[in-house]
Amino acid sequence: MGLADVWFVAIAVLWTGYFFLEGFDFGVGVLLPVLGRTEEERGALIDTIGGVWDGNEVWLIVAAGATFAAFPLWYATLFSSLYVPLLVILVALIVRGVAFEFRGRGQTARWRATWDALLVVGSLVPAVLWGVVFGNVARGLPLDAEHLDRGGLGELLNRPALVGGLTTLTLFLLHGALFLRLRTEGELRVRARRAATWIAPLALLPTVVFVVRAQAQQGNTATTATGLVAVLCLLGAWALNRTRTAAAGFAFSGTAVVAATATLFLALYPAVLPSTLDPAFDLTVHNASSTGYTLTIMTWAAGIFLPIVVAYQIWTYRVFARRIGATGPSREHGAVHSPAGSGPA
Amino acid sequence: MDQLDLARWQFGITTVYHFFFVPLTIGMAWVVAGFETAWVRTGNPVHRRLTMFFGRLFMIVFVLGTVTGIVQEFQFGMNWSAYSRFVGDVFGPPLAFEGLLAFFLEATFIGLWIFGWDRLGPRLHLATIYLVAVGSLVSAFFILAANSWMQHPVGFVVDREEGRAELTDLGAVLTNSTTLVAVYHTLSAAFLTAGAFVLGVSAWQLWRRGDSPDAPSFRRAARAGMWMSLAAGVAVLSSGHVQGVIMTQQQPMKIAAAEALYHTEQPAAFSLITIGTLDGSREIWSVKVPGLLSFLATGSFDGRVEGIYDLQDRYVQQFGPGDYRPVVPLTYWTYRLMIGCGALAVAIAATGLWLTRRGRQPASPWFHRAAVTAIGLPLLANSFGWIFTEMGRQPWVVWGQMRTAAGVSPTVGAGTVLTSMIVFTLLYGALAVVGVLLLRRHAAAGLPAEEPDPEDREQRATVAY
Ligand code: HDD
Ligand code: HEM
Ligand code: HEM
Repeated sequence: MGLADVWFVAIAVLWTGYFFLEGFDFGVGVLLPVLGRTEEERGALIDTIGGVWDGNEVWLIVAAGATFAAFPLWYATLFSSLYVPLLVILVALIVRGVAFEFRGRGQTARWRATWDALLVVGSLVPAVLWGVVFGNVARGLPLDAEHLDRGGLGELLNRPALVGGLTTLTLFLLHGALFLRLRTEGELRVRARRAATWIAPLALLPTVVFVVRAQAQQGNTATTATGLVAVLCLLGAWALNRTRTAAAGFAFSGTAVVAATATLFLALYPAVLPSTLDPAFDLTVHNASSTGYTLTIMTWAAGIFLPIVVAYQIWTYRVFARRIGATGPSREHGAVHSPAGSGPA
Repeated sequence: MDQLDLARWQFGITTVYHFFFVPLTIGMAWVVAGFETAWVRTGNPVHRRLTMFFGRLFMIVFVLGTVTGIVQEFQFGMNWSAYSRFVGDVFGPPLAFEGLLAFFLEATFIGLWIFGWDRLGPRLHLATIYLVAVGSLVSAFFILAANSWMQHPVGFVVDREEGRAELTDLGAVLTNSTTLVAVYHTLSAAFLTAGAFVLGVSAWQLWRRGDSPDAPSFRRAARAGMWMSLAAGVAVLSSGHVQGVIMTQQQPMKIAAAEALYHTEQPAAFSLITIGTLDGSREIWSVKVPGLLSFLATGSFDGRVEGIYDLQDRYVQQFGPGDYRPVVPLTYWTYRLMIGCGALAVAIAATGLWLTRRGRQPASPWFHRAAVTAIGLPLLANSFGWIFTEMGRQPWVVWGQMRTAAGVSPTVGAGTVLTSMIVFTLLYGALAVVGVLLLRRHAAAGLPAEEPDPEDREQRATVAY
């Protein structure tokens, strides 16, 4: 296994981290109007991710930056070919980011309702479009001999893309609901669990189609294993949602996200972006990668700093581990996360 | 306009916009950390209230900087894919390091800072804002290393067969002289920007409510802002000079264009203002300081500075036929406006220090008005600085290696770029309106209450964060 292969794995890990983490905060965002019936409840739901969404989003930034550094051709072709979906994702992420920050800063109910609506849309759109993007990656693009995409926008609308979009959306919804079951209390928690029960079968359907497709197209023993794990975890999340603890539920949905992402990348390898015109035109781990020198440097940097990042992010989640309810003592604390309202004065 | 022009406009618009928030984020993180440190050390509640007051303004700026930054990172691949293919091996690593070493730090610990007031002890809480502040410096370093490599490429070879630049020496890229001065200059400018912001906001409060019980706190903050602006101003000017010297060696065309110096001169005069025909063939009116350009560019008053015509001839021989001249009026004026706007902000701060010496209070409101304008001046100076730096490098995107025209995505149509440009411009315009309104509202609200009534939901909602 050469360094280019190592970096293929590293990029896959970064995307997996992104989908695992931002997956649940997208899910929470989309479920906001469904689970939060009052203003207080919506505030409480947003509080569960308010302190962490930005750190989650950096996984995306690093995944993109690392792709640029380790596989410049992959980065360049992927981003210029999937221009339009990425543009829409960017707009959604911008709107969503400011919504988190701005919603609490107006006086009127209308102000908050507007930003909450933008937060919902800003979560829904990327939750679908990331699946569309990777559905296209899995299917391939009409790359010519120079690895340039000769297709148009219409090319991006196809069945694998649709399956991909539905898979990410439903997986993230389930992951978000189970995260909320873990992090809220009282009525909100009950609702989150119920939501998970009806989302799980919805997630099962596109995920099974996605896994079977990957298996049929590019399957190997590894994808069989990861695909099975993804499906079994969804079944587990569904069947055991009532009996098992919230932590177990979240572990199920998290593992499903990880296994589905792994299936995607394992089925892709050694291509990074297949050509639908001729397999000889595929962008692969070997013809898209940077020089050995650059990859060596990157390996050192990632080897040292990624564990540090993971450590402090885990610590952050532990600091925020207290459950949040719409009312009750912990909400009193949570609500006054304003420095003005608390602090050891 | 063709795809190239549109892609350039889009890059210019989105980057300049991103850079309105960047220097404020970098500088204000340290301001907030400074007030919080004062609070942790003295326990004086005024410092805590100042921390929160500036902290809220900081958060608005921070989030706008964050969301517009993602666009920057995606844009290289979307609009400049040929560029990305060519430079990825060299240019990608600093970008990846920036994310890994800086953005994770900033984004994770800002969350802890906002939501951690009642979950972390005072010292640990203070540490989180310092980590954010350090993260912003690290991020500036890496992105400037990437940008400086485009200005003055080092530590690489070009593999013609692969059609790409290949990194051979990371150390050379990170310690590029261009990088080091750019970091010094840009960070000083960021602190000037934040200093003027603190000054302007405080002066606005004093202007509106000079007799409120909080006025003494804002007086203190205003003076802190003035000192900060003055110190940073000195650093900006000194680093700018070094930059000029280095630029003369590395990109002589840029300094010639900055001065509209068409013919080589020795010694060369510095033109304060020139009005002439655009091609420089005839000068209509000008004010010049003899020998100053020689000094700025070479460090000696009778140094030789090459003119645009001679450089053009030299580059045609070196790189083949082509036009190697940037747009001279643009470089000429942006260079002057950068210096002028920044210097004016420093002058306002210095005047303020004089007027408020030994506890005096400026009698007339004109100073407050001037101080409020000082908020905008460094922001303008920063934008002019970048427009100058980037436009002065044209027609190159990577100096001497790749022309801007060769960098655009070969498979993206003009219509697509136009659409994205319109989308970003409208979105950014809307965000600017909301952002400025919110900044104004929070600046007007003044210091938060000592102990807000926990039953008062309305108040609680508005003081969120
Ligand atoms: C001199 C400093 C500087 C410069 C020249 C740039 N930036 Fe920036 N950037 C920052 C300094 C900074 C910052 C101060 O570190 C920000 C502002 C808000 C923040 O969170 O970090 C940031 C945010 C920021 C983010 C969001 C990070 C997050 O979510 O936490 C990205 C992806 C970028 N930037 C990328 C870029 C790119 C690709 C640039 C080049 C065109 C660029 N920035 C120019
Ligand atoms: C944040 C500070 C920056 C500002 C304000 C800035 C400003 C600009 C402007 C105004 C342009 C348009 C010039 C034109 O129309 O030709 C431009 C172009 C460009 N800049 Fe920068 N720049 C900044 C940082 C960077 C950095 C850090 C990089 C690389 C890492 C970079 C890479 C480019 C590229 C690729 C172009 C497009 C080619 C071109 O049009 O010249 N810029 N920048
Ligand atoms: C006497 C005053 C100044 C001088 C001599 C000066 C000089 C320079 C020079 C020569 C460059 C171009 C570097 C290059 O392209 O290689 C530059 C860029 C820049 N300047 Fe200034 N400058 C001055 C004041 C200011 C002020 C007051 C600000 C902002 C508050 C500012 C902000 C910038 C920025 C943001 C850039 C682009 C980033 C960079 O290349 O470092 N400058 N300056």
